Amino acid sequence: MTDRQAAGPNIRIIPRLDIKGTNLVKGIHLEGLRVLGQPADFARAYYAEGADELLFVDIVASLYQRNQLLPLILDTAKEMYIPLTVAGGLRSLDDIRNVLRAGADKAALNTAAIRNPDLISEAALAFGSSTVVVSIEAKKMPHGGYEAYTDCGRERTGREVTAWAIEAERRGAGEILITSIDREGTGSGFDLELTRMITGAVSVPVVASGGAGRTEDVTTVIAQADVSGVAVASVLHYEFIARSGRSAASFSRIVPASMTGLKQAILAAGERTRVPTAAFSA
Amino acid sequence: MSTAPKVVIVDYGMGNLFSVRQALAAVGQDADIVATADRLTTADAIVIPGVGAFGIAMEVLQRTGMADTIKERVSRGTPLVGICLGLQLMMASSTEFGHHRGLGLIEGDTAALRDSPELSPAARIPHVGWSAISPARSHAWDGTPLDVVAPGTDMYFVHSYYVRPSDPTVTLSTSQYLGKTFCSSLATGNLFGCQFHPERSGPHGLAVYRRIVAAIRAAQPLGGLR
Repeated sequence: MTDRQAAGPNIRIIPRLDIKGTNLVKGIHLEGLRVLGQPADFARAYYAEGADELLFVDIVASLYQRNQLLPLILDTAKEMYIPLTVAGGLRSLDDIRNVLRAGADKAALNTAAIRNPDLISEAALAFGSSTVVVSIEAKKMPHGGYEAYTDCGRERTGREVTAWAIEAERRGAGEILITSIDREGTGSGFDLELTRMITGAVSVPVVASGGAGRTEDVTTVIAQADVSGVAVASVLHYEFIARSGRSAASFSRIVPASMTGLKQAILAAGERTRVPTAAFSA
Repeated sequence: MSTAPKVVIVDYGMGNLFSVRQALAAVGQDADIVATADRLTTADAIVIPGVGAFGIAMEVLQRTGMADTIKERVSRGTPLVGICLGLQLMMASSTEFGHHRGLGLIEGDTAALRDSPELSPAARIPHVGWSAISPARSHAWDGTPLDVVAPGTDMYFVHSYYVRPSDPTVTLSTSQYLGKTFCSSLATGNLFGCQFHPERSGPHGLAVYRRIVAAIRAAQPLGGLR
């Protein structure tokens, strides 16, 4: 452990922005969606505070058969010079090309990749593996193990997640985004068993998503699941809302924290993450 | 050169060219994305961006005639910036998916991080994320595009391969990934290449772009006065 920490890479903290239409929303487990505000306001704040990447998810794209984030990505890419990942409703090489042309760096594939795994290989060949993220949404099965779902957790696939992650890597995925549907929006912490299954199965970087409700959840998944990055939504969003002076009728299980607060906690736990310094001349 | 120089970004059909163009725009420099050799001949500076596979990129550069034009332009002193795969393409050869010849602008080759005995077996490949860049020796950055950032600044990397220049004095910075120290940027004459993505490295990365554009406009060599 000490060796890994001494020379280990910086863990990426990745604000996850779920978008419906033009609004930033947050799914609250079993309670539906809440509109939180304009995504650009949140993204700008996280960029200024040292977010390592941004993850934009069009959560209704599968319903409408297309990703509607292009205008938001275009605007974000003009202002924010960190990697941008886009997820939701990307179905073809043309769809991927369009989000890359809008300024995205990585395209995350879920539904389309499960239906047509060749899309992963074709995208890796066309745009480079590092551009292709395979997003796996997992639900625990009643008798153990996890099954991959699509369409934001609505559709079963029959695929066991570890086998699917291994296939995604073999086909050229440069990164795996693993989301626990059971934990997503609950604030009850990451699914460590699920995350460890994936990080143990593949050798590409893995980003954990779904369940962060407090700072300790982030430091725990870093310490215990060998992740390269952690996606965080509510914890950051509610802190930004509170800081903006708006009423923060926060979901009771969420303990808000800023990007800076998260990073300081990670360092205090003996792990590594980037702490941005002031630029000389920017 | 007092008027805005003509900067072109080489499009070999893969990489994210748009973030490079956006970063140049943010520091006040327009750039055209070009995919044919004739449009390189009038350029005052050339940028080869990153992402993609070495062999496929070289094949496109050769088929379009852009490889020869780039080499010819560089021999006449046109500044060239290579980013990530763009840096790797500047080397003489690569072992990525077989043996490929590069542009041969820098003596040396490109090798897989995975094949490096120093790299921890637990290392995930590609190396994705923010890592510090450190001067390869004292004053290594003086007069180069890196002299606007502090030693130890974190930059954003996404790569599975790294460059091994034959002449160690061209190396500006080194970086580390789980036991492996590698060349993360180099410069000589009018060539500058970096393994990291300054267009994705926040304000510090933009500062590097601003410095590159200033050097091009002032007709200062990107490799400093060494």
